[in-house]
Amino acid sequence: MKKEIKKISSGHNACAGCGQLSAVQSVMRALDKDTIIANATGCLEVTTTPYPQSAWSLPWIHSLFENPAAVATGILAALKKQKNQKTKVVVMAGDGGTFDIGMGVISGMWERKENILYICYDTESYSNTGFQASGATPYGASTSTSPKGNQEKCQIKKSCDLINKTGNHLQKKDMIRIALAHDVPYVAQTTAGYPNDIYNKVKKALEIKGPAYIQILAPCIPGWGIKTDEAVEVGKLANQSNFYPLLEYLNGELISGGLNSEETAEKHKETYIKKQGRFK
Amino acid sequence: MKKIKKIKKEKTQILEGSRAIALTINNISPDVVSAYPITPQTHIVEDLAKIKANGEAQYEYVRAESEFAAASIVLGSSAAGSRVYSATSSQGLLLMTEVIYNISGMRLPVVMTLANRAISAPISIWNDQQDAMAIKDAGWIMFFAENNQEAVEQHILAYKIAEKIKIPVMVNVDGFILTHCYEEVKIYEQKIINKFLPKYKAKSGEFLNTKNPITMGAFMSPQHYQKSREDLYKDFQKAIKEIDQEYFLMHKILGNKIEKNNNSWFEYYGPKNAKTVIVAMGSTIGTIKSLAKKEKDVAVLKIKTYRPFPHQEIKKILKNCQNIAVVEKAVNFGTFGSLYLDINISKEKQTIKNFIGGLGGKDIGEKDIKKIIKDFKKYKKLNFI
Ligand SMILES: Cc1ncc(C[n+]2csc(CCOP(=O)(O)OP(=O)(O)O)c2C)c(N)n1
Ligand code: SF4
Ligand SMILES: [Mg+2]
Repeated sequence: MKKEIKKISSGHNACAGCGQLSAVQSVMRALDKDTIIANATGCLEVTTTPYPQSAWSLPWIHSLFENPAAVATGILAALKKQKNQKTKVVVMAGDGGTFDIGMGVISGMWERKENILYICYDTESYSNTGFQASGATPYGASTSTSPKGNQEKCQIKKSCDLINKTGNHLQKKDMIRIALAHDVPYVAQTTAGYPNDIYNKVKKALEIKGPAYIQILAPCIPGWGIKTDEAVEVGKLANQSNFYPLLEYLNGELISGGLNSEETAEKHKETYIKKQGRFK
Repeated sequence: MKKIKKIKKEKTQILEGSRAIALTINNISPDVVSAYPITPQTHIVEDLAKIKANGEAQYEYVRAESEFAAASIVLGSSAAGSRVYSATSSQGLLLMTEVIYNISGMRLPVVMTLANRAISAPISIWNDQQDAMAIKDAGWIMFFAENNQEAVEQHILAYKIAEKIKIPVMVNVDGFILTHCYEEVKIYEQKIINKFLPKYKAKSGEFLNTKNPITMGAFMSPQHYQKSREDLYKDFQKAIKEIDQEYFLMHKILGNKIEKNNNSWFEYYGPKNAKTVIVAMGSTIGTIKSLAKKEKDVAVLKIKTYRPFPHQEIKKILKNCQNIAVVEKAVNFGTFGSLYLDINISKEKQTIKNFIGGLGGKDIGEKDIKKIIKDFKKYKKLNFI
């Protein structure tokens, strides 16, 4: 058997048990050595490249928070000019970089049908800057910019009604549908609870010609208020409860995954919610 | 030094400024071009798209969905070892700002044309140089062209410098006044350009390549961060001499004779120890020169390399005058004009005054310059003309 070459080392500064970094390990297992990565600003970038060290053994670039899709386009254009059709270009970004600030640039990349695999690690908040709400934050989650108020501390009776009992009032943006609306040929959703599913989806995405989008739910230990050994379990529960079902679309058609049965979902909903501090 | 073989003189043609720049860029042979339309830069990108569409170009042309994307695209290509080109104006440059800083911080040899235009609000499509001044200290070398011939040559020089010292270069051309103006221009052929500017080959270990993987854009601790800024600063200072050496080498190869008191940094035009020197950048110089010619004791100092600013060299050339009038097409709210502030560092006992004009396309005529010379004493420190 060929010894696997490590493309990302475990020498990073992420929180212990980080769901994002564990998902990245599964992605890296699937990537070829002949790959260039464009990374957005966020936890992944910050924790893996404390200069002069780097956890990356593939060519890797970080430019800005909201532009890796365009940077990747530029890399691809350079490769095209070099008559290199083999090297793969992969973007890695958080939900903030994807759902919010980088959206326009992603739309441009998809419009141009660039042969780029875009991977979004969805921590459902801006983890790197202290868990502020993003367009990927689900309804009801308490974040540092959508905090629940404290009912018990209410002193002025008149205003006690105004206390935010919900957390985030807005619904999660449906990025998967946005990708499908761009006719992205390969669109998939998975979670850090399924390392093999991540591996398989990345492998499949790389075989497809044209753009591919994979969104991976990545439980964030401090942001979600979970224990350091719970990222995988919570990742599984997210699927089982139908909060974050596994999905796989090829040319707009669902080819695997989808909603679990009502029964299964009901069974796991409460556990999924109760485990997390952000829904308390 | 190797002897340079005599080459045949290029014929001049009557061309629109934008066309002259586009043809030159094509002859420089970039690998990747990406841009987004904005008046008055549009003709340049349209021409480059047309050249590509007609099968006359070797570059990849990437249509971007915004200036922010265009700048990020050329950043990516440059990081992957390509020679790149982009162009913009005004709002487009402001939208690019974050990327502009990123490109210089990453030491990428990007070259861009800035077709200078006013900044909104109020909105105006006409020329001034406030856009350039918004990013003047962002780590890009800044050239300013008086006419389209100079613009053509500054682009060739720009690539040589950028690739040699890994600092991006912006070539400023006054919007409409140069970009849309038809005048006689000499376009240098690729073969001749190549004698000065060889084909670009990024060094292994300095660009994204799977055969020799590197990490670019890492997170730096305060110590490393400051060191990298310090390094860039020092390389800028060194660039002053390097730009000038390359400038003379380029003109030698292109077969152009350079007058005395004309170099890569500035051109001094007029009597040697003139009493009054008018300092300016860009196309206004034409007007100022034609007026100065008719006046006694008046000279013109045209700044060509604005960043890095050659303070020492300018100090020498201004030494013997009495009055310095700095005419500029940009205003800094709350202080003096940017060009004034730089010239002020290079002045000794002379009286220096700042004249802000030409904003949003307002005309600067010979009569305005004449008045400055005549009434110099009566003017305040800063005046709108
Ligand atoms: C233009 C800009 N605005 C804001 C920031 C600050 N910032 C850096 S990372 C980040 C949040 C990242 O969130 P996400 O993309 O979800 O990645 P995560 O850290 O959660 O993995 C923010 C707001 C920035 N770097 N650039
Ligand atoms: S804050 Fe969250 S996403 Fe960031 S390193 Fe820690 S666990 Fe991972
Ligand atoms: Mg996030």
